[in-house]
Amino acid sequence: MKKNSLRSQKIAFTFLLFATLLIVVPVGLIVLEIIIKGIPAINWQFLSQMPRQGMRAGGILPAIVGTLYLVSGAIFFALPIGVLAAIYLSEYAKENILTRIIKLAIVNLSGVPSVVYGLFGLAIFVVFFKFGVSILSGSLTLGIMILPIIITASREALETVPQSFREVSLSLGASKWQTIRYIVLPNAISGILTGTILGLGRAAGETAPILFTVAAFYLPRLPKSIFDQAMALPYHLYVISTQVPNVDEKIRYGTAFVLLVMVLFMNLVAIIIRSQFRKKKKW
Amino acid sequence: MRKFKEFIIEKLILLCGLASIFFVLLIFIFLLKEGLALFKIVSPADFLFGKSWYPISEPARLGILPLILGSLLVTFGAALISIPIGVGCAVYIAEVAPARIKEFLKVGIELLAAIPSVVIGFIGMVTLVPLVKNIFHLPTGLTALSGSIMLAFMAMPTIVSIAEDALYAVPKSYKEGAFALGATHWQTIWRVSLPAASSGILAAVMLGIGRVIGETMAVMMITGNAAVIPQSILQPVRTLTATIAAEMGEAVVGSEHYSALFAIGIVLFIISFIINVGADLFLHRDK
Repeated sequence: MKKNSLRSQKIAFTFLLFATLLIVVPVGLIVLEIIIKGIPAINWQFLSQMPRQGMRAGGILPAIVGTLYLVSGAIFFALPIGVLAAIYLSEYAKENILTRIIKLAIVNLSGVPSVVYGLFGLAIFVVFFKFGVSILSGSLTLGIMILPIIITASREALETVPQSFREVSLSLGASKWQTIRYIVLPNAISGILTGTILGLGRAAGETAPILFTVAAFYLPRLPKSIFDQAMALPYHLYVISTQVPNVDEKIRYGTAFVLLVMVLFMNLVAIIIRSQFRKKKKW
Repeated sequence: MRKFKEFIIEKLILLCGLASIFFVLLIFIFLLKEGLALFKIVSPADFLFGKSWYPISEPARLGILPLILGSLLVTFGAALISIPIGVGCAVYIAEVAPARIKEFLKVGIELLAAIPSVVIGFIGMVTLVPLVKNIFHLPTGLTALSGSIMLAFMAMPTIVSIAEDALYAVPKSYKEGAFALGATHWQTIWRVSLPAASSGILAAVMLGIGRVIGETMAVMMITGNAAVIPQSILQPVRTLTATIAAEMGEAVVGSEHYSALFAIGIVLFIISFIINVGADLFLHRDK
């Protein structure tokens, strides 16, 4: 009887390990494939030149710059709102129906399909506010999309600051806002940073929200203002892999490589900051 | 003066706290504003159950049944692959893996979640699509099956991380009780941990499926985009999301086609709303 159940345990654990490998191995292969075939394409010209001959030659500079603009714009918009919203939830909100609704709204905001964000951005920023197809419209759309990521990470960071810190500060005569500003926020900063970087990574990789709000198919110059259209890395990868025939494999893999490295690097930095913070935590 | 400043700041904090509700409503309102115009021309029933989607023919035929079925087929396939693998992996990470491997796997899963969908689509195009074409001797490898496989990888990180959290939250005393009664590790997992974490795991599965239904770029690049009612998983299909992404660029603002694409957006918004609220209810039932 005991022997039998140990054998079934062995079989079950083998299956669990197998399931895990079924995720880990393909993912490893995907990353490896892009690294191996992408690296040969990477050189200074590729990173610093305009695309030429209908994107079949030259570099991807405008796409890189476009993505940097979009990501900065999104974070510029989302960070203050996200952190303040997190402060509200962690420091002010009471256990009531309003708080429940706010949390549900955050969950929903993070679940809205990315292409629906694209529609929304088109309807409100491009058409209604007449910002046109522009970096501004794209940044605002991406900003709203990454809001839940920033709120959730910041709130978690704020809530791990021990209650006693606040009590000491308040008992010394500090006001509630002073306590938040000088005690709670500094102790939560690395968690907020983690959320910010994760948000950046997400905004850099998304394609669907920028399809109709900012993305230019082929624009071999750098954007001049926030009302300009721009190329962006993920959209560029989509274009050269599906819309333009006869693009050299090397250019496709090179573009995928740059995008993947950018996004994974940001996520890795976020993960490292978080684990350092957890290790160093004094309380 | 300081009092006044703090008063302003606290109001600002409250305002930002309410921002999420505001944005969810704003999204819904703008989808309705642009999409509802369609129903002056097409009845909701004809829109949802119409069998043909020819948005630019004269007169346009705007039935999204093929697109709904396309989405369902791809999602069903992806769920079939990702649920057992995802839950299995979550159990392995939460209960079986040694501490060091566990950390490594969790980072790996997090990085998988971060890979942009357009990169997943690209890799699917250059590796999986030719493979499917050759294995099944098809005219094209751009099929629902290819889409399902790649999308399964996008659902798995969601399923694994939420299911793992749910398993981790099962009180230690439950497991200790089972061990004390002489149960093996596996018996404890199967009879105690999994049932105790079941609502969290259900939520994980729902959110994973939600991620697949809403996924756009990868699905548009791999499934072949044929807006016909799918007969088999080895045919090209077109999903709701891919239709919006592929056609909005050509639709004239304010036209019938434009409203129809927003109406699809309304459908997607409602589906994701139901899934997220449902999953949230399951997650909170434990507490």
